[in-house]
Amino acid sequence: MDEDDDDDDDDDDDDDDDDDEDDEDGLTCDLVSPQLGIRISLSHEREPLGTAGPLALARELLTVDNEPFFVLNSDVICDFPFQEMLLFHQNHKKEGTIVVTRVEEPSKYGVVVFETDGGRIHRFVEKPQVFVSNKINAGMYIFNPSMLSRIQLRPTSIEKEIFPVMAEEGQLYAMELQGFWMDIGQPKDFLTGMCMYLQSLRQQAPERLRMGPGFLGNVLVDPTAQIGENCTIGPNVTIGAGVVLEDGVRIKRCTVLKGARVRSHSWLESCIVGWSSSVGQWVRMENVTVLGEDVIVNDELYLNGANVLPHKSINDSVPEPRIIM
Amino acid sequence: MLKAVILIGGPQKGTRFRPLSFEVPKPLFPVAGVPMLQHHIEACAKVPNMKEILLVGFYQPNEELTRFLSNAQQEFKISIRYLQEYAALGTGGGIYHFRDQIVSGSPEAFFVLNADVCSEFPLPEMLSFQKEHGEPNSFVILGTTANRKQSMNYGCIVENEETSEVMHYVEKPSTFVSDIINCVGGPPPVRGDAIRLEQDIFTALAGQGKLYVYKTLSFWSQIKSAGSAIYASRLYLNQYHKTHPERLASNKEGGPKISGNVYIHPTANIDPTAVLGPNVSIGTGVTIGAGVRVRESIILHGATLQDHSCVLNCIVGWDSTIGKWARVEGTPSDPNPNDPYAKIDSETLFRDGKLTPSITILGCNVTIPSEVIILNSIVLPHKDLNRSFKNQIIL
Repeated sequence: MDEDDDDDDDDDDDDDDDDDEDDEDGLTCDLVSPQLGIRISLSHEREPLGTAGPLALARELLTVDNEPFFVLNSDVICDFPFQEMLLFHQNHKKEGTIVVTRVEEPSKYGVVVFETDGGRIHRFVEKPQVFVSNKINAGMYIFNPSMLSRIQLRPTSIEKEIFPVMAEEGQLYAMELQGFWMDIGQPKDFLTGMCMYLQSLRQQAPERLRMGPGFLGNVLVDPTAQIGENCTIGPNVTIGAGVVLEDGVRIKRCTVLKGARVRSHSWLESCIVGWSSSVGQWVRMENVTVLGEDVIVNDELYLNGANVLPHKSINDSVPEPRIIM
Repeated sequence: MLKAVILIGGPQKGTRFRPLSFEVPKPLFPVAGVPMLQHHIEACAKVPNMKEILLVGFYQPNEELTRFLSNAQQEFKISIRYLQEYAALGTGGGIYHFRDQIVSGSPEAFFVLNADVCSEFPLPEMLSFQKEHGEPNSFVILGTTANRKQSMNYGCIVENEETSEVMHYVEKPSTFVSDIINCVGGPPPVRGDAIRLEQDIFTALAGQGKLYVYKTLSFWSQIKSAGSAIYASRLYLNQYHKTHPERLASNKEGGPKISGNVYIHPTANIDPTAVLGPNVSIGTGVTIGAGVRVRESIILHGATLQDHSCVLNCIVGWDSTIGKWARVEGTPSDPNPNDPYAKIDSETLFRDGKLTPSITILGCNVTIPSEVIILNSIVLPHKDLNRSFKNQIIL
C-alpha cells in the first residue's frame, strides 16, 4: 500500500529500479523516484488487514523518526492540503488529526461530531437516521507514530476500533476541508470527482487546460493525443496519452484512458473509455457506460449504462443499463 | 384487351399507417422512391394489351391523387381512372358496383390487385397460366408460400397439385389449413352491401372447377404498418437491379458512400462524407450533412439531416429536421431471414402494456434537437422535441 504524500495528478511511468524482495508480508519493494525526489516503499498485505492493520504492518517504515505521518485513502480526490493539515496537527499537539468534509447527505456515511472551536472530536455516528452532523470522515489523517501502539497486527477497522478510543481520550481532532472532495470508488462518482478536479484546475493552473475552437469548458488533453477535425470536446473531459479522436466526435463529461480510439462521428457523454479500447463510428454511449481495457465497440451501436469487462467485443446495442461479461 | 382493377381502400382503412397516412393517402406513400401505387401501375403497363387501369376506393378526390393519376397517364400512355365508392364496399363490392365500367370494351380478362401489397406482379405469367389451365371463364388467384404459423393470418388455399385448381379456400383460419396463401390481400370489415372477394366469392368458387391458383416464388409482402414500408422498400430496391437500374445510386467521385441498394432523388443535396445504405430511399429536396449515417430508412421530401447524425430503421417525415449528432433509431420487424417463407408480422402496437419496439417514425415537420436519442418511438406531426425519448408515442 502506498504511503507517501505526493501529488496524484500525473499518470507517468516512473523511471525506476525495482528491488523486488521475497514474497513475505511486509516490505516487498523499495525505490527512489528520480522525478519526484522521494522514496517509495511498498508494504504488501498477504491477507487483508482492514483499515488499521496495514499501519501496524508498516510500523518499521513509519517509526524511522518521531515525525507524524499522513495516511490517505486512495480512492479520494481533493486538493490535498497537506501543509494546512500539518500545521493544524502541530497546533493541537495531540495524537491524531482526521480531515472531515461537508456533504449534503450525511446519513449515507459515518459522521464526525466535534467542537467547532478547536476541532476536538467527541464521537462518531455511523449512518445516522436523524441529523447529527453533516461532516464526514474524508479519508485523510495525520498521526503521531505513538498511535501505532494502539493497533495490533490483525484485521482491524480504524474507524470502529481505534478512532473511538482515541476520541474518548481526547487525542483526536478534526480539520475541515475547504475545497472539493469526492469518494471516487464508483464510476458514477469518479466522473463527478473528475469534474470537480477539472474545475479546481481551472482555478489553480488554467494553463494546463485545453482551450480554443472545438473545446468547451474544462478539458484536459495529453500532449500525445490526436484530435480530428470538426470535433467538439467538453465540458469536463480528460483525454489520456496516445488517444485518437477521429473527425466529428462529440465527447462530454468523460474520461478517455491511454491508447483508446474513438472513431468518427461518435457521441459520448458520462463515460469511461478503458485503456486501448476502440469505439466504432457513429456510436452513442451515455449514462456512465464504462469500458474496461481493450474493449471493442462496433459501429453504429447504442450503449446506455453498459459496464463492459475487459477484452470484450460488443456487437449489439445495450439500450438499458447492464453488465457485459 | 386487358384491364386492371386496383383496390386502393380509403382513409378508414390503413390506420396502422398513421401518422404517415395523415399527410398522404397510403397508396401514394413513397416506397423505394416512388408512390406505392406506381409499382402496381408500372407492372400493369408492361403487360401487352393492357388498355385501362381502374382504381377503386373510397378516398375523397384530393390534389395528390388527381396529380398522381394525370402524371401516371402521361407517363405510361394508358387510361387510368379513379372510381370512388360511396361507402366501403368490401374487396368484392367495389368490383361488383363498378362492373359495368370494368366490362365495358369487352376485355378478355381483368386483373385485381390490392394497393397495399408489394410484389413482383408476375401478371404476364398469370395470364399464360390462365390460358393453359381451366376453362376460359375461370379465375386465377396469385398464391405464395408462407410458413405454417403465419399462414393462419392470411387466406389459405388448398391446391390440387396436378390441376392447380383451388379445392378449398379459408380466410384467416384458426387452425392450420394450408401454407399457400392468397396474394390479393386481406378483407376489410363487413358493411351492409359489402361483398368480400375472399370469404364470399373465393370460398364459394373453390372446388367448383372455377378457381385456380398460380403459385409464385417471387417476392410478396403486405404493407400494413410503417415498418413494413421499409421492408417493402428493400424488396423493390432489390428488384430495381432488373427493372430500373437507373434508380439505384452508385459510388461516385464527390458523392456520398453508397452501401447496398439506395435510391436518391436527383434534387437531394448530400455531403460526400455521408454514408448511405443499405436499403435507403432519399426523397426530393432532402439535405444530408457531413458525416451522416443512414441505414434501412426512408427519408421523405424536404427533410434535413444535420452533421454527424445517425438514422437507423426509421422513417423521417416530410420537412423534418434532425439535429447534429442526434441518433434516431427504430427496431426492424423483418421476417425471420432464415425462413424463406416467413412473412412480415403485423405486430400489435402494444404488448404486455408496453410499446412494442418498432420502426421509429417522425411525422411531417418534426424537429429533433442536437445530440439526443429517439429510440423506438413515434412522433406525431409538427412536434418540436427538446430531449431524448425512448419507446414512446409523442403526441
